Amino acid sequence: MAKHHVTATVNGDVVEFLCETHQTLLEVLRDELGLTGTKEGCGTGDCGACSVTVDGRLMCSCLVLGVEAEGKAIQTIEGMAVGTKLHPLQRKFLEHAALQCGICTPGILIAARSLLERNPDPTEEEVRYWLAGNLCRCTGYHKIVDAVLDAAREMRGG
Amino acid sequence: MRKMRYEAPTTLEAALALLSGANGQARVLAGGTDLLIGMRAGRVEPELLVDIKDIPEMVSIVAENGGFRFGAAVTCMELVEHEEFAKAWPGVIDGVRLIGSIQVKGRATVGGNLCNASPAADSVPAMIAAGASARIAGLSRKRETRVEDIATGPGKTSLAKGEIVTSFLLPRRPPHSGDAYLRFTPRTEMDIAVVGAGVNLTLDDSGVCSQARVSLGAVAERALLVPEAAAALIGTKVDAAALERLAAAASAACRPIDDKRGTKAFRFKVAGVMARRAAEVALARARKN
Repeated sequence: MAKHHVTATVNGDVVEFLCETHQTLLEVLRDELGLTGTKEGCGTGDCGACSVTVDGRLMCSCLVLGVEAEGKAIQTIEGMAVGTKLHPLQRKFLEHAALQCGICTPGILIAARSLLERNPDPTEEEVRYWLAGNLCRCTGYHKIVDAVLDAAREMRGG
Repeated sequence: MRKMRYEAPTTLEAALALLSGANGQARVLAGGTDLLIGMRAGRVEPELLVDIKDIPEMVSIVAENGGFRFGAAVTCMELVEHEEFAKAWPGVIDGVRLIGSIQVKGRATVGGNLCNASPAADSVPAMIAAGASARIAGLSRKRETRVEDIATGPGKTSLAKGEIVTSFLLPRRPPHSGDAYLRFTPRTEMDIAVVGAGVNLTLDDSGVCSQARVSLGAVAERALLVPEAAAALIGTKVDAAALERLAAAASAACRPIDDKRGTKAFRFKVAGVMARRAAEVALARARKN
């Protein structure tokens, strides 16, 4: 059986790839498209390290098949900075030291951006609930939450 | 790894033909939050995946006879974000909201939660309490059935080979109606219910409960409708005595197991507590509309 020929948009660029049915979107991003910013943590949808958006919807790319990406618009961490200009969330993560080993960081940034697109002024509680699907084993979350709230403040122009 | 076919039909008829024509095991792919994990673990090795998300009726939420019909492949996040639906059926939303993370809810579906047939599925007791019915399609016939009649045990359903759940109907609500779903878990988020309870009730103009449905999850091999518990509320003002009878009836309906998440004895007790608390939330909501 031939591989699937899939055409999708990744970070605004039209991409084409070949994949087997069983390959996840995460595997396709990393192994076929060379976009290794999206990390594999658990591979079972529990940790959120592989978070991306598909047509604007936040999901774990390990729980999506590559073939399902046909015609979809996918956003990954590689599309977050514009050239060398970091997204405010990325800058605030650095300022607040909201990362240590960094494995969870791409997924948390993607998830946090998804939150701020829907809710530009979240409470701390709302940030914590929204990010409940992103596990971090280093930071204890406090600095992550601070960074997200600070980025939200800056993005609102406050 | 064996080759696996993938099809994404755009009509229900095409999906049904694919499912019944498969040589080996065919599986429906909706959100995939159970299926992909099962495939990864080698527990399921389908020959064919039928992705149902390109079938319009399976991914839409529409008004029907004053109620709502939503497709079996509508995601949990779509339901949570549907303001009119969420306002009409806050208890169903309670259940849906408890399913995994935002990421998981962005993919997971009520149809999948039901057909995966975990006794601890959070949306199922809420849907049962709400009086939801499911439309089921097979190649030869379509039928409607109550949600409580679909799961029969862990991983098992009453669906015949080739049949799929296509949509759910939540009926029109009388005034002064409210529903709620609560569960007990050791932590507040990202956990699996030890006990879940759904209550849906309607009050008459004098505040007396005229209709009620009560359901329990994770206390038997499938989610249960508990008419005896509902009977404890009907004809009362849902006062302390009625709530006590409700709790006793809910505990009595349990046939739980001991497992790592909770003991039998704990589940008997907590089922009553959860049912009572869910009834209190449902009552407060009913009084507001």
